[in-house]
Amino acid sequence: MASAAGRSRLGAASRYLAVAVLLVVMITVVPGLLDSFRLNLLGKYLCYALVALGLDLAWGYAGLLSLGQSVFFGLGAYAFGMYLKLESAHGKLPDFMGWSGLTALPGYWRPFADPLFALLIALVLPAAFAAAFAYLLSRSRVGGVYFAIITQALAFIATTLFVGQQPFTGGTNGLTDFATIFGQPLKDPSVQVALYRATVIALAICCALGMWLARSRFGRLLVAMRDDEQRLRFSGYNPALLKAAVFGVAGGMAGLAGALYVPQVGIVNPDALGIILGINMVIWVAVGGRGTLWGAVLGALVVNGAQSAISEQFPDIWQYGIGLLFVLAVVYPGGLAGAVQSLQGKARRHTLAVAPPPSNLPEMEPRSVEVAQV
Amino acid sequence: MSTPLLEVRGVSIAFDLIQVLDELSLSLQPHELRFLIGPNGAGKTTLLDVISGKTRPHSGHVIFDGHDALRTPAHRLAHLGMARKFQTPAVFTSLTVRHNLEAAGSYHERGLDLLLPARARISEKVDEVIHTIGLTAQAGTPAGVLSHGQQQWLEIGMLLMLSPKLLLLDEPVAGLTRAERDRTSELLHNIRNAAILIVEHDMAFVRQFDAAVTVLHQGRVLVEGPMATVQRDERVIEVYLGRAPETDAA
Repeated sequence: MASAAGRSRLGAASRYLAVAVLLVVMITVVPGLLDSFRLNLLGKYLCYALVALGLDLAWGYAGLLSLGQSVFFGLGAYAFGMYLKLESAHGKLPDFMGWSGLTALPGYWRPFADPLFALLIALVLPAAFAAAFAYLLSRSRVGGVYFAIITQALAFIATTLFVGQQPFTGGTNGLTDFATIFGQPLKDPSVQVALYRATVIALAICCALGMWLARSRFGRLLVAMRDDEQRLRFSGYNPALLKAAVFGVAGGMAGLAGALYVPQVGIVNPDALGIILGINMVIWVAVGGRGTLWGAVLGALVVNGAQSAISEQFPDIWQYGIGLLFVLAVVYPGGLAGAVQSLQGKARRHTLAVAPPPSNLPEMEPRSVEVAQV
Repeated sequence: MSTPLLEVRGVSIAFDLIQVLDELSLSLQPHELRFLIGPNGAGKTTLLDVISGKTRPHSGHVIFDGHDALRTPAHRLAHLGMARKFQTPAVFTSLTVRHNLEAAGSYHERGLDLLLPARARISEKVDEVIHTIGLTAQAGTPAGVLSHGQQQWLEIGMLLMLSPKLLLLDEPVAGLTRAERDRTSELLHNIRNAAILIVEHDMAFVRQFDAAVTVLHQGRVLVEGPMATVQRDERVIEVYLGRAPETDAA
């Protein structure tokens, strides 16, 4: 027993070391290896991975399936896009407002000229909105599939709203034609590398935060809530508050991802809030495997990487590819993380010739039914 | 007589056209052990639902330890010391036995406290309860792989983590083997500082306790009194026990 604990401590230490090395490589080596187009793509995928991370906390741990995580992502993207638009307008009225007949900048746009304010709003607004949304739904005892359906409706509403409010949101075109960020030209390769590095660091910090949350008693309460919400309620907890907390964290991560996404992609339009992106986000997590966090990150990177690789060669096929991935995720609910874990389990049984000791981490019950109902 | 810990007065509830509870009244003293028996559909589980805040009655009052229980959300009733066990064992199957108990005893922790390891006070209580329910050897086992009986004990342990004043148990020995039933009986005999209200069908189990029995029938209290008196009552024999009470135990 003592040697097993020692081994797992050693394992944990080597894992931390591996993650630290990976982080250093991602920040220092990778920008030199990839051309600016590929680096830009990778930065974009890392933003998606950040969304997937939050979604896994909500879905994989707390059982809250959100088909509208894109809404929080999009809100963050628009908030930071407003700053980029104002900076590019150099104190004048942003172009699309003039086309729509506005003569003065709306009051609520003004503070977005400050990038820190815009970043703060990109983080806080989606988090607060997600928390309030989850709290109100949970208080009305809306859960399970109904929760998922309402998040999808939310994505539809948000898209419609942003398309309709053209003078204030840029309508279907969204916000684009950004020139500079913090006074530096956005197209400059060094600026893009800096944005990529910022994304890596943001993802690393959020991963650490997510792991900490998941392994704390708070994380175990989320799993408890997924297992038996009624038992938790009768143990003295208000599930609505727990759901608000985890959904708020997930929303904040999505918002931050959106803010990092906009300057790297150079545009935000209502698709960023939409149903299709929302479903894709769920697929990333499902393919990666729920309830491990690193599985979700891996899923977002693998699915998007495959999408780029395949659609460059065979532009018409990718939609079938993503359908196939979804089917696979339903058939193998453990996803990539589950596959890796079962391989590890096999290797361990091979070397130890005994059953592995029960892990300290909660074993995630794959719940294929929920996926199947989507 | 002291003030009752729990007082149910004139509670009525109907689902569709069926009157499930009909002007039902019941009171329980602190530290009292009471069994609730009666035929299927008599309203036993519904009564527990009403007391514990799961279901709202159409009329009547429930006073728990001086609080209006009908105006108190279920999770706050747990704070006040009311602990409810469900008929099918409700445990957190993905968590270990220890973490189940820890979760069940941490409700008063707020916000950031939950991100830190459990305080010594909680851990000691967990150790004590694990010992009481006899699952020391299973402390690190996920609750989902425990036997049915062990899950029942775990859930009782989760109630004990609340240091409750009142335990509401819905058929705690349903589906248990003889040996498991005896263990449960011993466990319940050792709970001395709380009142317990138990819904039970197993008459042999009920006879192991020196406790009052309330017989429900069609949403009303039919008879109340010691088991010895109740089982000789003609009306009870008619509606519930039958002529040979022993066969009912199955």
